[in-house]
Order: sequence, then C-alpha cells, then structure tokens
Amino acid sequence: MIIDLSFFLNIIPYLLEGVKITLEVSLTSFIIGFIVSSIITPVRIFLKMPFTLPINTYVELIRGTPVLVQLFIIYFGLPSMGIYFDPLWAGIIALGINSGAYQAEILRSSIKSIPESQYLSAESLGMNNLQIYRYVIFPQAIRIAIPALINELVTLVKESSLVSIIGVADLMRKGEYIVASTFRAFEVYLVVAAVYFIMCYILSSMSHRIETLLKIPGYERS
Amino acid sequence: MREIVKVENLTTGYDNQKVLDSVSLKVYEGEKIVIMGPSGSGKSTFLKSIVRLVEPWSGRIFLNGLEVTSPDVDIRKIRQMTGFVFQNYNLFPHMTVLKNVLLPLLIVKKMDKESALKRALKVLKEVNMLEFKDKYPLQLSGGQQQRVAIARALAMDPIILLLDEPTSALDPDLRDEVLNTLRKIAEEGIAMIIVTHEVDFAIDVADKIVFMDKGKIIEEGKPREIIYKTKSDMIKRYLKSIHVR
Repeated sequence: MIIDLSFFLNIIPYLLEGVKITLEVSLTSFIIGFIVSSIITPVRIFLKMPFTLPINTYVELIRGTPVLVQLFIIYFGLPSMGIYFDPLWAGIIALGINSGAYQAEILRSSIKSIPESQYLSAESLGMNNLQIYRYVIFPQAIRIAIPALINELVTLVKESSLVSIIGVADLMRKGEYIVASTFRAFEVYLVVAAVYFIMCYILSSMSHRIETLLKIPGYERS
Repeated sequence: MREIVKVENLTTGYDNQKVLDSVSLKVYEGEKIVIMGPSGSGKSTFLKSIVRLVEPWSGRIFLNGLEVTSPDVDIRKIRQMTGFVFQNYNLFPHMTVLKNVLLPLLIVKKMDKESALKRALKVLKEVNMLEFKDKYPLQLSGGQQQRVAIARALAMDPIILLLDEPTSALDPDLRDEVLNTLRKIAEEGIAMIIVTHEVDFAIDVADKIVFMDKGKIIEEGKPREIIYKTKSDMIKRYLKSIHVR
C-alpha cells in the first residue's frame, strides 16, 4: 500500500470541522452531567429514603443500559410522545444524562472518602447540611474527583462518536462521508482514530496540571 | 451562679453498644471542669453528646436553660453557643487559617465581612497565630493547628468551650504551647469542659475533676483531692498509668 500524503492533507481540514462538533457534544454533555451530579449527590449523601429512591433509580438505570439505547430512546422514542430534539441536542442530552449518572458515582465515592471528622467539625460550628456540602465537603471532594472526572470526559469524547449514528456531523460522521466518496476506509479511519487519540491525550495530560493547580497547600507533607 | 450546662441521667452509645450509663453533671458559669478516665470510659462521647454530635438515647441535657434533647430544639443554634475543639484539630485543609476562622462567622453567625474579619484577627492574635493567617492547616505543626482550632471555637463567642483531648495528638513540646494557650483563655472566665490526661494542667486550671470509668462518673471533686487523696483503686491505677504518684 502506498501512503498518499496529499490525501491525508486534503481530508484533515474537513475532519477538523467534525472535531469542533465532537468537542461541542462532549464538553456540553460533560457540563450537563456535572450539574446533574452536583445537584443529586448531596441528596444521595444527606437525605434518606424516599428522597434518594428516584435518584438511585436514575443512576442504576443509566449505568445498567447501553448509551446507544438511551440515545435512541431520546431521538427516536420521545417524538412519539410529542417531544422532538434535533440530532445535535438529542445527542448532547443523551450523553449528558448518561454522564450525570457516572459523575454522580464519582462524586459520591470522593465524598465518601472525606473523613467523618470534617462533618463533625462543620456540624459543631452550627453549619447546616447545605453549608457543609457547599463549603467543606464539595471543595475537598472535587479535588479528589478530578482524575476520575477527566477520565469521564475522555470517555465522553470517545462515546460521542455514537451521535454520528443519528446524523450529527461529528468527527466520526465526517470520516464516514469521506469513506463513502473515496472508498479509502483504512486510511480515513486511521486518521479519525489518530485525531480522537490526540484529543484524548491532551485531555488526559490536563488532568495532572489541574490536580497540581488545585492541590491543597501542605498536602504533600501530611 | 448560673447553670451553663445541666446533664441529667444521660445514657447513649453507638449502634447497640452502651457507652454512657446515666451520667449527670452540672457546669456553672465560668467553671472549668476536667474529665479524666481511661480510654473507652466514655469521656469523648459525653462531650459530643452535650451538643448532640452523638445522639442521646435517654436523659436530658440543658444548655443555658435550653433543652438540647428536646425534639423541637434547633440544634444548630445550640451548637453556635458552644465552641468544640477536637483531638485531631479538624480544621478545613482547603482553607487558609484566616478563612477557617472567618467562614463560620460569615455563614453561621451571619456577621458582616468587616466585623467578622476584625473578630477573626482578634482571636488569632489571642492564640498567637496571627502571623500564620495566610498559611494552610497542613503547612502548620500540630500545636499550631490546635491553636487555630481553639481560635475558631473562640471566635464564635461561645458560652462554653468543649475540648476533647486537645493535646493528645501532640508531641510534648507542642503540648505545652496549646496548654499555655488554654491557661490564658481559662483566665478570661469562660466555662470549659476539658477531656484530658494532663494532670498538672487539671490541677492548675480545673475547678473540679470528674473521673469517668465504664460510662459512669465514679468520682468528682477538687483536683488535688482527686489526684492525691482518692480512695478509689481504679483512679490510683489510672494515675499510676499516666505516671502520677
């Protein structure tokens, strides 16, 4: 097989248009997931049944079903109930809801790792549960959660390729278009894989930098 | 003298294990009470029960006339009236020393920023920690952290300080700096209940020593009477174990 460099150079600008959509889908759904998990996590931690039942059900259902099925329910299923989303937003919402469940688990385990003494200390000062979560527990838990959250973002970047199935013109879909017109599947998908890899690699390397940035001063001495 | 704390027949524990068995105690305004006793005797549990950090099973607790054990009481208001100092300091590690002291004043006491800052700086000065106000807890020694914890408790302007083995986690030289801080605070007239094994400190500062064993108060009285004249073999054994003859 002869490597045709000019072919690669020609397809890259076209693929980069897809990169923009891929990042848009994965970052937006990550933020949605983060907001969802930040809201539901204190309820799971501080409240008891029956308040936790719908939240635990959401987390378990989402984690126990394939994201592609969830995407199809939102894009193909909801219109039968009169709820319509364009492909881009269906993709963002499906991935956002999916990521919310996984991020909720990440936050929950980070919060569980905060020593009981921190709660006692905050309670002894007369803080209410919301204040304890907002000022004492969450800022510490989020530092612990950063590596796992970045990992979740990397997963989202890769999983976002599923939105190509419902017609979103992301990196994967752009690759499919090129294959359809050139029949050079091997080279095209190799380049697509390389672009995904570079995006994920950059995000993973950010994890260490963010950890260093948010590190609690003196922590390394303890 | 006014009663600050009244505990009547307090029984409590963890899960199904009883730790305190019908304990009663009164603390008057300005009084310093030292609680001593072997590990597992229920001293810390007793202290935590006063502000319901451990829930009482039965009995009644009053703080400044308010019933702490009443189901209608706003326990957060009760806790705001007390200053609790823990054995392991329990500062918030992600906040500077100043923020540790400032935060409860702002969000619990709802003080305006200027008055809260003034108060925080005043108490930090009182415990000789003003120069470390911008440091983080983990950048400080144990003794320094404990002094910040004392400052944080004092800043809330409590009617009583509850100190749970404030020097147990410290090396001897660091212990003295905390004990000296506590001596200084004790002179200011605030009521205190201190769980400690520091006999010299108890003799210097306490108005009364309460000796606990197996969840009960087995003896209480003037410090020198308990330390030097006790007839209890158990207390004698305990004092011997902490090198008091």
